[in-house]
Amino acid sequence: MATQPDSLKRLDELKSIGQQARIIDVVGDDSISVRLMEMGLTEGEEITVLGFAPMGDPVEYSIRGYRISLRKSEANRVQIESAE
Amino acid sequence: MHETVQPATSLQSLTVALIGNPNTGKSTLFNSLCGGKARVGNFPGVTVEKKVGKYRFGDRQITLVDLPGTYSLSPRSADEMVSVDVLLGRQKEVTAPDAVVCIVDASNLERNLYLFSQIRDLNLPTVLVLNMWDLATSRGVQIDVEQLSERLGVPVVTTSAHRREGIERVTDAVLQAVETPGTKPVQLFPQAFYDEAQQLDEWLVANGEPKTHLFLRERMLLDIRGASEEAASQPDQTKLKAYLEEARGRLAASGHRIPAIETKLRYDWIRQQLDGVFTRSDTDQRLSTSDRIDKVLTHKVTGMIVFALIMLLIFQAIYTWSGPFMEMVEGLQNAANDLVGGMMGPGTLRSLLVDGIIAGVGSVIIFLPQIVMLFAFISILEDCGYMARAAFLMDKLMTKVGLSGKSFLPLMSSFACAIPGVMATRVIENRRDRMVTMLVAPLMSCSARLPVYILMIYTFIPASLLFGFLSLQATVLFAMYAIGALLAIPIAWLFKKTLFKGETPPFVMELPPYKWPSPKIVLDRVYDRSRAFVVRAGTLIFAVTVVVWALGYFPGDHTAQHQLAQQLETLHASPEENAEKIDELSAEFDSVSGALIRESYLGRMGKAIEPAVRPLGWDWRIGIGAVASFPAREVIISTMGTIFSLGGEVDEEDPSLKDALANATWPDGRPLFTVPVALSLMVFFALCAQCGATLMVIRRETNSWRWPIFTFAYMTGLAYIAALLTYQIGTSLMG
Repeated sequence: MATQPDSLKRLDELKSIGQQARIIDVVGDDSISVRLMEMGLTEGEEITVLGFAPMGDPVEYSIRGYRISLRKSEANRVQIESAE
Repeated sequence: MHETVQPATSLQSLTVALIGNPNTGKSTLFNSLCGGKARVGNFPGVTVEKKVGKYRFGDRQITLVDLPGTYSLSPRSADEMVSVDVLLGRQKEVTAPDAVVCIVDASNLERNLYLFSQIRDLNLPTVLVLNMWDLATSRGVQIDVEQLSERLGVPVVTTSAHRREGIERVTDAVLQAVETPGTKPVQLFPQAFYDEAQQLDEWLVANGEPKTHLFLRERMLLDIRGASEEAASQPDQTKLKAYLEEARGRLAASGHRIPAIETKLRYDWIRQQLDGVFTRSDTDQRLSTSDRIDKVLTHKVTGMIVFALIMLLIFQAIYTWSGPFMEMVEGLQNAANDLVGGMMGPGTLRSLLVDGIIAGVGSVIIFLPQIVMLFAFISILEDCGYMARAAFLMDKLMTKVGLSGKSFLPLMSSFACAIPGVMATRVIENRRDRMVTMLVAPLMSCSARLPVYILMIYTFIPASLLFGFLSLQATVLFAMYAIGALLAIPIAWLFKKTLFKGETPPFVMELPPYKWPSPKIVLDRVYDRSRAFVVRAGTLIFAVTVVVWALGYFPGDHTAQHQLAQQLETLHASPEENAEKIDELSAEFDSVSGALIRESYLGRMGKAIEPAVRPLGWDWRIGIGAVASFPAREVIISTMGTIFSLGGEVDEEDPSLKDALANATWPDGRPLFTVPVALSLMVFFALCAQCGATLMVIRRETNSWRWPIFTFAYMTGLAYIAALLTYQIGTSLMG
């Protein structure tokens, strides 16, 4: 899975409130990626954009029934596919 | 359920560790269990607070160890390793726990159980506490507690700690967990992983490290560049790292990629356990209310307006509203002085009592109004859920300085006073961000600098207008406020690049649903912080005041001064008749006092540093003022009053002090204070660390003398260079 092409969509590409996606993978093994996974951003989970901070960053999402704020640089580590 | 099976003596005294995610009400539960009595200290070598409480339950003595709030037990730093060490009984200062209480937010069970699933691997008797039960119920959450307990194999209790509901059930459940033999832990990972953990044990034994706990070995395999590797002290670290990397490679080759496998398996397991046990009604009124509030509070325009208003309110509170309370403290201090004055005549003992001890106690208590105000606001904002939104709004701005949104409030508060500001850095979990914020916080221009600015500006800066409309005095005042804040930007950046290097920490932050703040939580928190300040920083601040008093008092012969003071006090009984005599003696008293401080150790230090302060345009008298104001900046005003022989009772608006300064000269008759000298003195005081209390609070918060000494050194260096440039450039411009 680590060799997946980078052409996949990333979480920070979701630009409008209410958009939903399914998580495919979290790239990397440093503290940020591990924290993302520990907070429940794991393969197969659905995540929804709830809002943007005044300068467009960070972004508020909802996952596993709670809300989380991620910087764009952090959301960029999350590979997603659009959820129907 | 918990009738004692047999009087097992080993159970008379129980050590219980309390752990949970941040914002689960862990401290509230701790306080409710221990009745607010706790010993607070630091674990050696780290910035982690050690909080241990004791209470009796039936015939048992329970020792409760509070562990820092955390989302997981995957230690990546020495600070995070503390919790693992305590739980495994590797921490020498704490007895190995007999049981673990894991507290979770009942409304957010799924994510909170992640930590629980890791704790289960410790193989210790465990209790799961579903806290904030009242809120969860009102939010439409339904949990089948019995079924959950059965599935997880541990006692599960529900509590609403802020209302003290269900508190006794926690200890009941702990005893139950300790007395009933634990169920065998579920093997979450594939067999290949446990085989690797077994092989790692063999490797460690072969390399001189016997008996590592299975949990530690699992963490070594699962945490890439984690802190548990260092727990194995015997093997060569490079060899161990290489071995672990190979082991992880083998696991990845068999389809178990680390670190993703751990989170995936644990969350899958959690979902299975919660299936049919945890339900949340779809018409969740609270959540949608939260959504609607968030639409306004995190909005580009309305969100920023509300944010600015809240910050203004906090600032107003610590800057202005605490004023009357601070005056009350001063009033009490004066009353205590009068009391002492009524009991004994002037002398060394009275001076020690009044200028050393009472002033020392006063210098601690004087900060309490600001600390109480700031922490009341912080606790309310945290408890209602706004604090995370404030960090969310400010994050982008603060990342430009290399910090995060969580640094904003501590830095802003430091404009009123750095002491509550430094204490407020506790909201920043990341150690590096917290340290940098703490180290630059004293650069913010606090209210204690204002008297110095006012004295200098109104005495030496002409009341003219710049460009015909801008007051020159106001511009200089503004510049003094701006200089510290502006310099903090490159300095924070520099510290991040040098002293606190490392990967950017995650900002990943939970945004809790809004709720009404609980008065008990707010009061507890304010009491806790104030007590910590008085007990742990207060003693140091007090000591500094007494030491500086002694340096300013000895070794001179005060007999003449005390006699004069005695005579003056007698004359003051009927001031009208003795007006002339009083004036005469007062002048003599002032000049004797001035001579004494010049001869004191403090005075000698001031004279000794004269060559160093000459390039700043200062003479030795200003030097003494700067040295004497180490405990607090505003002390320079009374010290200069004494040195310029006016007595120590002057304030910044005293016309006689202004005149004395304006008329002071060098030995050759040149005026001492020119505009560049006044500016250089102000710039020095804007940037220097002349605040013993701040340094002692930094010492207390970092648990090390290194950081207050560093803060003092860097700020003094910065202040010196800036004052030097100000004076030299100013003088050459004035030509």
